[in-house]
Amino acid sequence: MRAHLLMLADSRLPAGGHAHSGGLEPAVTAGAVASVADLADFLHGRLHTAGLVASALAAAACAHAPGGADWSGLDAEADARTPSPAQRTASRAQGKSLLRAARATWPHPVLDGLRVPVPAGAPRAPHHPLVLGAAAHAIGCAPLDAASVAAYGAVTGPASAAVRLLGLDPMAVQRALAELAGDVDEVAREAAAHAEKDWAELPAVSAPALDLWAEEHLRADLRLFES
Amino acid sequence: MGRGYTAHAAVTAEPGPHGRTRLTRLRSDGPLALRETPDGVYLVGAAAGPLGGDRLHLDIRVAEGACLTIRSAATTLAMPGDGESTYTVTAEVDGHLDFAPEPTVAVRGCRHRALARVALGPSGTLRWREELVLGRHDEEPGLHTGRVDITRAGLPVLRHELRADPASRSRAVLGTAKAVGSLIRTGPSVTRAEPGLALLPLASGGTLANAAAPDSAALRRLLLRAEEALEPVSSG
Repeated sequence: MRAHLLMLADSRLPAGGHAHSGGLEPAVTAGAVASVADLADFLHGRLHTAGLVASALAAAACAHAPGGADWSGLDAEADARTPSPAQRTASRAQGKSLLRAARATWPHPVLDGLRVPVPAGAPRAPHHPLVLGAAAHAIGCAPLDAASVAAYGAVTGPASAAVRLLGLDPMAVQRALAELAGDVDEVAREAAAHAEKDWAELPAVSAPALDLWAEEHLRADLRLFES
Repeated sequence: MGRGYTAHAAVTAEPGPHGRTRLTRLRSDGPLALRETPDGVYLVGAAAGPLGGDRLHLDIRVAEGACLTIRSAATTLAMPGDGESTYTVTAEVDGHLDFAPEPTVAVRGCRHRALARVALGPSGTLRWREELVLGRHDEEPGLHTGRVDITRAGLPVLRHELRADPASRSRAVLGTAKAVGSLIRTGPSVTRAEPGLALLPLASGGTLANAAAPDSAALRRLLLRAEEALEPVSSG
Protein backbone atom coordinates (compact mmCIF):
# COMPACT_ATOMS: atom_id res chain seq x y z
CA MET A 1 0.00 0.00 0.00
CA ARG A 2 2.80 2.46 0.83
CA ALA A 3 4.45 1.80 -2.54
CA HIS A 4 1.13 2.35 -4.34
CA LEU A 5 0.69 5.64 -2.52
CA LEU A 6 4.19 6.73 -3.52
CA MET A 7 3.33 5.88 -7.12
CA LEU A 8 0.17 7.97 -6.93
CA ALA A 9 2.15 10.96 -5.63
CA ASP A 10 4.99 10.47 -8.14
CA SER A 11 5.15 12.97 -10.97
CA ARG A 12 6.31 10.11 -13.19
CA LEU A 13 2.79 8.66 -13.10
CA PRO A 14 1.73 9.54 -16.67
CA ALA A 15 -1.24 11.67 -15.61
CA GLY A 16 -0.42 14.82 -17.56
CA GLY A 17 0.60 16.90 -14.56
CA HIS A 18 3.70 18.16 -16.36
CA ALA A 19 1.47 20.21 -18.69
CA HIS A 20 0.16 22.37 -15.82
CA SER A 21 2.03 24.91 -13.72
CA GLY A 22 -0.66 25.56 -11.11
CA GLY A 23 -0.73 29.25 -11.96
CA LEU A 24 3.04 29.65 -11.76
CA GLU A 25 3.56 30.46 -15.44
CA PRO A 26 1.13 33.42 -15.51
CA ALA A 27 2.61 34.61 -12.20
CA VAL A 28 6.04 34.62 -13.86
CA THR A 29 4.61 36.41 -16.89
CA ALA A 30 3.09 39.03 -14.58
CA GLY A 31 6.50 39.54 -12.99
CA ALA A 32 5.31 38.29 -9.60
CA VAL A 33 7.72 35.35 -9.33
CA ALA A 34 11.36 35.68 -10.38
CA SER A 35 13.44 34.11 -7.58
CA VAL A 36 13.43 31.17 -5.20
CA ALA A 37 12.22 33.47 -2.40
CA ASP A 38 9.32 34.65 -4.58
CA LEU A 39 8.52 31.04 -5.39
CA ALA A 40 8.50 30.02 -1.72
CA ASP A 41 6.04 32.82 -0.96
CA PHE A 42 3.87 31.83 -3.95
CA LEU A 43 3.83 28.15 -2.92
CA HIS A 44 2.96 29.00 0.70
CA GLY A 45 -0.08 31.00 -0.41
CA ARG A 46 -1.18 28.45 -2.97
CA LEU A 47 -0.90 25.61 -0.45
CA HIS A 48 -3.12 27.31 2.13
CA THR A 49 -5.81 28.24 -0.41
CA ALA A 50 -6.21 26.17 -3.59
CA GLY A 51 -4.09 23.41 -2.00
CA LEU A 52 -6.34 23.15 1.04
CA VAL A 53 -9.50 23.07 -1.08
CA ALA A 54 -8.12 20.37 -3.42
CA SER A 55 -6.84 18.41 -0.44
CA ALA A 56 -10.24 18.49 1.28
CA LEU A 57 -12.05 17.44 -1.88
CA ALA A 58 -9.60 14.54 -2.35
CA ALA A 59 -10.12 13.39 1.24
CA ALA A 60 -13.90 13.61 0.87
CA ALA A 61 -13.74 11.66 -2.40
CA CYS A 62 -11.63 8.94 -0.75
CA ALA A 63 -14.18 8.65 2.08
CA HIS A 64 -17.07 8.63 -0.40
CA ALA A 65 -15.54 6.07 -2.76
CA PRO A 66 -16.54 2.82 -0.93
CA GLY A 67 -20.23 3.47 -1.48
CA GLY A 68 -19.83 5.99 -4.23
CA ALA A 69 -21.92 5.46 -7.30
CA ASP A 70 -23.05 9.07 -7.59
CA TRP A 71 -20.22 11.60 -7.95
CA SER A 72 -22.23 14.53 -9.25
CA GLY A 73 -22.84 16.02 -5.80
CA LEU A 74 -19.16 16.23 -4.86
CA ASP A 75 -18.26 17.34 -8.38
CA ALA A 76 -20.74 20.23 -8.05
CA GLU A 77 -19.05 21.15 -4.75
CA ALA A 78 -15.72 21.33 -6.62
CA ASP A 79 -17.32 23.52 -9.32
CA ALA A 80 -18.77 25.86 -6.68
CA ARG A 81 -15.27 26.29 -5.17
CA THR A 82 -13.64 27.00 -8.53
CA PRO A 83 -15.05 30.29 -9.82
CA SER A 84 -12.35 30.65 -12.50
CA PRO A 85 -13.46 28.89 -15.70
CA ALA A 86 -9.81 28.46 -16.72
CA GLN A 87 -9.14 26.60 -13.48
CA ARG A 88 -12.27 24.46 -13.89
CA THR A 89 -11.07 23.46 -17.35
CA ALA A 90 -7.57 22.69 -16.08
CA SER A 91 -8.93 20.64 -13.18
CA ARG A 92 -11.20 18.60 -15.43
CA ALA A 93 -8.41 18.01 -17.96
CA GLN A 94 -6.15 16.76 -15.18
CA GLY A 95 -8.97 14.65 -13.76
CA LYS A 96 -9.44 12.98 -17.12
CA SER A 97 -5.70 12.29 -17.54
CA LEU A 98 -5.32 10.96 -14.01
CA LEU A 99 -8.38 8.73 -14.41
CA ARG A 100 -6.93 7.18 -17.56
CA ALA A 101 -3.59 6.54 -15.87
CA ALA A 102 -5.16 5.25 -12.64
CA ARG A 103 -7.52 2.84 -14.42
CA ALA A 104 -4.63 1.41 -16.42
CA THR A 105 -2.45 1.13 -13.32
CA TRP A 106 -4.94 -0.04 -10.68
CA PRO A 107 -8.05 -1.68 -12.21
CA HIS A 108 -10.87 -1.11 -9.73
CA PRO A 109 -14.68 -0.86 -10.01
CA VAL A 110 -14.72 2.54 -8.29
CA LEU A 111 -12.50 3.97 -11.03
CA ASP A 112 -14.57 2.28 -13.77
CA GLY A 113 -17.68 4.05 -12.49
CA LEU A 114 -16.05 7.44 -12.02
CA ARG A 115 -18.14 9.65 -14.31
CA VAL A 116 -20.35 12.66 -13.78
CA PRO A 117 -23.38 13.37 -15.96
CA VAL A 118 -23.39 16.36 -18.28
CA PRO A 119 -26.72 17.90 -19.35
CA ALA A 120 -27.22 17.03 -23.02
CA GLY A 121 -23.78 15.44 -23.35
CA ALA A 122 -21.69 12.37 -22.66
CA PRO A 123 -20.70 11.79 -19.01
CA ARG A 124 -17.24 13.12 -18.23
CA ALA A 125 -14.44 12.59 -15.76
CA PRO A 126 -14.85 14.62 -12.57
CA HIS A 127 -12.50 17.25 -11.17
CA HIS A 128 -8.92 16.18 -10.45
CA PRO A 129 -9.14 15.97 -6.63
CA LEU A 130 -12.10 13.59 -6.88
CA VAL A 131 -10.17 11.22 -9.14
CA LEU A 132 -7.20 11.47 -6.79
CA GLY A 133 -9.36 10.57 -3.79
CA ALA A 134 -11.03 7.68 -5.60
CA ALA A 135 -7.64 6.37 -6.75
CA ALA A 136 -6.35 6.57 -3.18
CA HIS A 137 -9.29 4.42 -2.11
CA ALA A 138 -8.63 1.97 -4.96
CA ILE A 139 -5.10 1.35 -3.66
CA GLY A 140 -6.32 0.87 -0.09
CA CYS A 141 -5.37 4.25 1.33
CA ALA A 142 -7.22 6.50 3.75
CA PRO A 143 -8.61 10.04 3.34
CA LEU A 144 -5.54 11.54 5.07
CA ASP A 145 -3.32 9.87 2.47
CA ALA A 146 -5.40 11.31 -0.35
CA ALA A 147 -5.27 14.73 1.32
CA SER A 148 -1.47 14.48 1.66
CA VAL A 149 -0.96 13.63 -2.01
CA ALA A 150 -3.20 16.52 -3.06
CA ALA A 151 -1.48 19.03 -0.77
CA TYR A 152 1.94 17.80 -1.84
CA GLY A 153 1.00 18.06 -5.53
CA ALA A 154 -0.30 21.59 -4.96
CA VAL A 155 3.28 22.76 -4.32
CA THR A 156 5.48 20.29 -6.24
CA GLY A 157 3.76 20.97 -9.58
CA PRO A 158 4.39 24.73 -9.57
CA ALA A 159 7.87 24.18 -8.11
CA SER A 160 9.06 22.02 -10.99
CA ALA A 161 7.40 24.41 -13.44
CA ALA A 162 9.44 27.22 -11.87
CA VAL A 163 12.68 25.31 -12.43
CA ARG A 164 11.81 24.94 -16.11
CA LEU A 165 10.51 28.48 -16.63
CA LEU A 166 13.00 30.48 -14.61
CA GLY A 167 16.01 28.20 -14.61
CA LEU A 168 16.10 28.36 -10.81
CA ASP A 169 18.64 26.27 -8.94
CA PRO A 170 16.87 22.90 -8.53
CA MET A 171 18.60 22.29 -5.17
CA ALA A 172 17.39 25.63 -3.81
CA VAL A 173 13.86 24.83 -4.99
CA GLN A 174 13.96 21.44 -3.25
CA ARG A 175 15.12 23.20 -0.10
CA ALA A 176 12.15 25.58 -0.36
CA LEU A 177 9.80 22.60 -0.72
CA ALA A 178 11.36 20.89 2.28
CA GLU A 179 10.78 24.02 4.33
CA LEU A 180 7.11 23.83 3.39
CA ALA A 181 6.75 20.17 4.40
CA GLY A 182 5.33 20.98 7.83
CA ASP A 183 2.71 23.21 6.22
CA VAL A 184 1.83 20.45 3.73
CA ASP A 185 1.19 18.07 6.63
CA GLU A 186 -0.83 20.69 8.49
CA VAL A 187 -3.02 21.42 5.44
CA ALA A 188 -3.57 17.69 4.83
CA ARG A 189 -4.64 17.20 8.43
CA GLU A 190 -7.07 20.13 8.28
CA ALA A 191 -8.44 18.81 4.98
CA ALA A 192 -8.84 15.23 6.20
CA ALA A 193 -10.70 16.40 9.32
CA HIS A 194 -13.57 17.36 6.99
CA ALA A 195 -13.61 14.07 5.04
CA GLU A 196 -16.63 12.55 6.74
CA LYS A 197 -18.56 15.77 7.26
CA ASP A 198 -21.24 17.48 5.20
CA TRP A 199 -19.68 18.43 1.84
CA ALA A 200 -21.23 21.89 2.12
CA GLU A 201 -18.84 22.59 5.01
CA LEU A 202 -15.63 21.70 3.14
CA PRO A 203 -13.07 24.52 3.00
CA ALA A 204 -13.57 26.99 0.15
CA VAL A 205 -10.57 29.29 0.61
CA SER A 206 -9.92 31.41 -2.44
CA ALA A 207 -6.78 32.98 -3.88
CA PRO A 208 -7.86 36.05 -5.86
CA ALA A 209 -4.44 36.48 -7.49
CA LEU A 210 -4.38 32.87 -8.72
CA ASP A 211 -7.91 33.26 -10.12
CA LEU A 212 -6.93 36.43 -11.98
CA TRP A 213 -3.71 34.94 -13.39
CA ALA A 214 -5.55 31.80 -14.52
CA GLU A 215 -7.83 33.91 -16.69
CA GLU A 216 -4.98 36.08 -18.01
CA HIS A 217 -3.07 32.94 -18.93
CA LEU A 218 -5.82 31.78 -21.31
CA ARG A 219 -5.36 34.98 -23.30
CA ALA A 220 -1.55 34.88 -23.32
CA ASP A 221 0.05 34.59 -26.76
CA LEU A 222 2.94 32.46 -25.70
CA ARG A 223 2.67 29.81 -23.05
CA LEU A 224 4.52 26.66 -22.18
CA PHE A 225 1.92 25.24 -19.78
CA GLU A 226 -1.82 24.75 -20.22
CA SER A 227 -2.53 26.34 -16.85
CA MET B 1 -17.14 34.33 25.82
CA GLY B 2 -20.25 35.45 27.59
CA ARG B 3 -19.63 39.18 27.69
CA GLY B 4 -20.45 39.96 24.08
CA TYR B 5 -23.73 40.75 22.46
CA THR B 6 -25.86 37.97 21.03
CA ALA B 7 -28.25 39.67 18.65
CA HIS B 8 -30.83 38.43 16.17
CA ALA B 9 -32.11 40.94 13.64
CA ALA B 10 -34.50 40.03 10.84
CA VAL B 11 -36.18 41.49 7.82
CA THR B 12 -38.86 39.94 5.61
CA ALA B 13 -39.98 41.45 2.31
CA GLU B 14 -43.17 40.42 0.57
CA PRO B 15 -44.96 41.70 -2.51
CA GLY B 16 -47.36 44.54 -1.71
CA PRO B 17 -49.99 46.39 -3.70
CA HIS B 18 -49.17 48.02 -7.08
CA GLY B 19 -45.99 45.99 -7.60
CA ARG B 20 -44.37 47.45 -4.52
CA THR B 21 -42.58 45.54 -1.83
CA ARG B 22 -43.68 45.77 1.78
CA LEU B 23 -41.71 44.78 4.84
CA THR B 24 -43.77 42.38 6.93
CA ARG B 25 -41.04 42.01 9.51
CA LEU B 26 -38.33 44.41 10.60
CA ARG B 27 -36.64 43.44 13.80
CA SER B 28 -33.64 45.28 15.21
CA ASP B 29 -31.61 43.78 18.00
CA GLY B 30 -28.63 45.06 19.96
CA PRO B 31 -25.95 46.49 17.66
CA LEU B 32 -27.92 45.54 14.53
CA ALA B 33 -30.48 48.30 14.02
CA LEU B 34 -32.52 48.23 10.81
CA ARG B 35 -34.14 51.38 9.39
CA GLU B 36 -36.56 51.47 6.49
CA THR B 37 -35.79 54.28 4.03
CA PRO B 38 -36.97 55.06 0.49
CA ASP B 39 -33.65 53.65 -0.79
CA GLY B 40 -33.94 50.36 1.03
CA VAL B 41 -33.32 48.98 4.47
CA TYR B 42 -30.29 50.46 6.21
CA LEU B 43 -28.16 48.74 8.79
CA VAL B 44 -27.33 51.37 11.37
CA GLY B 45 -24.65 50.51 13.90
CA ALA B 46 -26.27 50.98 17.29
CA ALA B 47 -23.10 50.01 19.13
CA ALA B 48 -19.38 49.86 18.35
CA GLY B 49 -18.07 46.72 16.81
CA PRO B 50 -18.55 43.89 16.33
CA LEU B 51 -16.19 43.26 19.24
CA GLY B 52 -14.62 39.91 20.06
CA GLY B 53 -17.28 37.75 21.71
CA ASP B 54 -20.21 39.24 19.81
CA ARG B 55 -22.56 36.86 18.00
CA LEU B 56 -24.63 38.74 15.46
CA HIS B 57 -27.28 37.21 13.22
CA LEU B 58 -29.28 38.78 10.43
CA ASP B 59 -32.08 36.74 8.85
CA ILE B 60 -33.37 37.93 5.50
CA ARG B 61 -36.37 36.63 3.61
CA VAL B 62 -37.44 37.89 0.23
CA ALA B 63 -40.66 36.36 -1.05
CA GLU B 64 -41.35 35.76 -4.72
CA GLY B 65 -42.31 39.01 -6.39
CA ALA B 66 -40.58 41.15 -3.75
CA CYS B 67 -37.39 43.19 -4.09
CA LEU B 68 -35.25 44.03 -1.06
CA THR B 69 -32.29 46.39 -0.97
CA ILE B 70 -29.96 46.33 2.03
CA ARG B 71 -27.33 48.98 2.67
CA SER B 72 -25.44 50.22 5.69
CA ALA B 73 -25.01 53.72 7.00
CA ALA B 74 -21.30 53.45 7.71
CA THR B 75 -18.21 51.30 7.61
CA THR B 76 -18.13 48.41 10.07
CA LEU B 77 -15.07 48.09 12.30
CA ALA B 78 -14.34 44.52 13.37
CA MET B 79 -12.60 45.03 16.72
CA PRO B 80 -10.66 42.82 19.10
CA GLY B 81 -12.30 41.73 22.32
CA ASP B 82 -13.22 38.65 24.27
CA GLY B 83 -12.55 35.87 21.76
CA GLU B 84 -13.93 35.53 18.28
CA SER B 85 -16.78 37.60 16.90
CA THR B 86 -19.20 36.24 14.31
CA TYR B 87 -21.69 37.85 11.99
CA THR B 88 -23.96 35.38 10.26
CA VAL B 89 -26.32 36.46 7.50
CA THR B 90 -28.90 33.94 6.37
CA ALA B 91 -31.01 34.78 3.35
CA GLU B 92 -33.85 32.93 1.67
CA VAL B 93 -34.46 34.60 -1.64
CA ASP B 94 -37.37 33.85 -3.95
CA GLY B 95 -37.58 37.45 -5.20
CA HIS B 96 -34.61 39.80 -5.63
CA LEU B 97 -32.06 40.65 -2.95
CA ASP B 98 -29.60 43.52 -3.43
CA PHE B 99 -27.15 43.35 -0.53
CA ALA B 100 -24.35 45.92 -0.59
CA PRO B 101 -23.28 47.29 2.79
CA GLU B 102 -20.32 49.61 3.30
CA PRO B 103 -16.89 47.99 3.85
CA THR B 104 -15.76 46.11 6.91
CA VAL B 105 -12.38 47.07 8.36
CA ALA B 106 -10.43 44.27 10.02
CA VAL B 107 -8.80 46.20 12.86
CA ARG B 108 -5.51 45.04 14.37
CA GLY B 109 -6.07 42.16 16.77
CA CYS B 110 -9.61 41.34 15.65
CA ARG B 111 -10.76 37.76 15.22
CA HIS B 112 -13.89 37.99 13.14
CA ARG B 113 -15.88 35.56 11.01
CA ALA B 114 -18.46 36.84 8.56
CA LEU B 115 -20.59 34.01 7.23
CA ALA B 116 -23.36 34.30 4.69
CA ARG B 117 -25.69 31.57 3.52
CA VAL B 118 -27.90 32.56 0.64
CA ALA B 119 -30.52 30.04 -0.44
CA LEU B 120 -32.00 31.02 -3.77
CA GLY B 121 -35.35 29.67 -4.85
CA PRO B 122 -35.91 28.67 -8.48
CA SER B 123 -36.63 32.28 -9.52
CA GLY B 124 -34.55 34.11 -6.91
CA THR B 125 -32.01 36.69 -8.10
CA LEU B 126 -29.12 38.30 -6.27
CA ARG B 127 -26.71 41.19 -6.24
CA TRP B 128 -24.22 40.75 -3.40
CA ARG B 129 -21.27 43.04 -2.73
CA GLU B 130 -18.68 42.69 0.01
CA GLU B 131 -15.67 44.85 0.73
CA LEU B 132 -12.97 44.19 3.29
CA VAL B 133 -10.27 46.67 4.30
CA LEU B 134 -7.21 45.05 5.82
CA GLY B 135 -6.51 47.23 8.84
CA ARG B 136 -6.89 50.95 9.41
CA HIS B 137 -4.26 53.36 8.07
CA ASP B 138 -0.77 51.86 8.36
CA GLU B 139 -2.05 49.03 10.53
CA GLU B 140 -1.66 45.27 10.21
CA PRO B 141 -5.07 43.60 10.04
CA GLY B 142 -6.38 41.10 12.54
CA LEU B 143 -7.72 37.71 11.49
CA HIS B 144 -10.81 37.94 9.34
CA THR B 145 -12.61 35.07 7.62
CA GLY B 146 -15.37 35.85 5.19
CA ARG B 147 -17.36 33.08 3.59
CA VAL B 148 -20.34 33.21 1.25
CA ASP B 149 -22.29 30.08 0.39
CA ILE B 150 -24.88 30.45 -2.33
CA THR B 151 -27.17 27.58 -3.27
CA ARG B 152 -30.04 27.35 -5.70
CA ALA B 153 -32.77 24.84 -4.96
CA GLY B 154 -30.28 23.15 -2.62
CA LEU B 155 -27.47 22.81 -5.18
CA PRO B 156 -24.20 24.71 -4.67
CA VAL B 157 -23.67 27.75 -6.89
CA LEU B 158 -20.69 29.38 -5.15
CA ARG B 159 -18.79 28.64 -1.98
CA HIS B 160 -16.23 31.38 -1.57
CA GLU B 161 -14.06 31.99 1.46
CA LEU B 162 -11.41 34.61 2.01
CA ARG B 163 -9.12 34.19 4.97
CA ALA B 164 -7.26 37.35 5.83
CA ASP B 165 -4.46 35.67 7.74
CA PRO B 166 -0.66 35.63 7.40
CA ALA B 167 -0.84 33.13 4.50
CA SER B 168 -3.04 35.56 2.57
CA ARG B 169 -0.12 38.03 2.33
CA SER B 170 1.37 35.64 -0.22
CA ARG B 171 1.58 37.06 -3.75
CA ALA B 172 -0.55 34.07 -4.87
CA VAL B 173 -3.45 35.29 -2.69
CA LEU B 174 -3.64 39.02 -1.86
CA GLY B 175 -0.03 40.20 -1.99
CA THR B 176 0.23 43.79 -0.85
CA ALA B 177 -3.45 44.66 -1.42
CA LYS B 178 -5.02 46.55 1.50
CA ALA B 179 -8.61 46.22 0.31
CA VAL B 180 -10.33 43.24 -1.26
CA GLY B 181 -13.87 42.75 -2.36
CA SER B 182 -16.28 40.84 -4.49
CA LEU B 183 -19.49 41.34 -6.37
CA ILE B 184 -21.78 38.42 -7.14
CA ARG B 185 -24.58 38.61 -9.64
CA THR B 186 -26.94 35.86 -10.65
CA GLY B 187 -27.85 35.97 -14.32
CA PRO B 188 -25.08 37.40 -16.49
CA SER B 189 -22.01 35.34 -17.36
CA VAL B 190 -19.09 37.63 -18.14
CA THR B 191 -15.35 36.87 -18.37
CA ARG B 192 -12.80 39.62 -17.94
CA ALA B 193 -9.33 39.96 -16.47
CA GLU B 194 -7.52 43.24 -15.89
CA PRO B 195 -5.07 44.41 -13.20
CA GLY B 196 -6.79 43.95 -9.84
CA LEU B 197 -10.08 42.71 -11.22
CA ALA B 198 -11.33 39.34 -12.50
CA LEU B 199 -14.85 38.61 -13.65
CA LEU B 200 -15.41 34.90 -13.35
CA PRO B 201 -18.48 33.22 -14.84
CA LEU B 202 -19.63 30.44 -12.51
CA ALA B 203 -20.24 26.86 -13.60
CA SER B 204 -23.96 27.02 -12.87
CA GLY B 205 -24.55 30.57 -14.12
CA GLY B 206 -23.97 34.03 -12.71
CA THR B 207 -20.68 35.81 -12.23
CA LEU B 208 -18.25 36.47 -9.39
CA ALA B 209 -16.15 39.61 -9.67
CA ASN B 210 -13.05 39.60 -7.47
CA ALA B 211 -11.12 42.80 -6.87
CA ALA B 212 -8.01 43.66 -4.88
CA ALA B 213 -6.65 47.18 -4.51
CA PRO B 214 -4.23 49.35 -2.48
CA ASP B 215 -7.12 51.15 -0.68
CA SER B 216 -10.89 51.14 -0.31
CA ALA B 217 -11.51 53.94 -2.83
CA ALA B 218 -9.57 52.09 -5.54
CA LEU B 219 -11.43 48.92 -4.60
CA ARG B 220 -14.81 50.63 -5.03
CA ARG B 221 -13.73 51.91 -8.47
CA LEU B 222 -12.81 48.38 -9.57
CA LEU B 223 -16.14 47.02 -8.35
CA LEU B 224 -17.98 49.80 -10.19
CA ARG B 225 -16.20 48.70 -13.36
CA ALA B 226 -17.43 45.19 -12.66
CA GLU B 227 -20.98 46.54 -12.21
CA GLU B 228 -20.77 48.25 -15.59
CA ALA B 229 -19.54 45.08 -17.27
CA LEU B 230 -22.38 43.09 -15.76
CA GLU B 231 -25.16 45.64 -16.16
CA PRO B 232 -25.98 45.79 -19.87
CA VAL B 233 -26.71 42.09 -20.12
CA SER B 234 -28.79 41.84 -16.97
CA SER B 235 -32.09 43.03 -15.70
CA GLY B 236 -31.77 41.22 -12.36
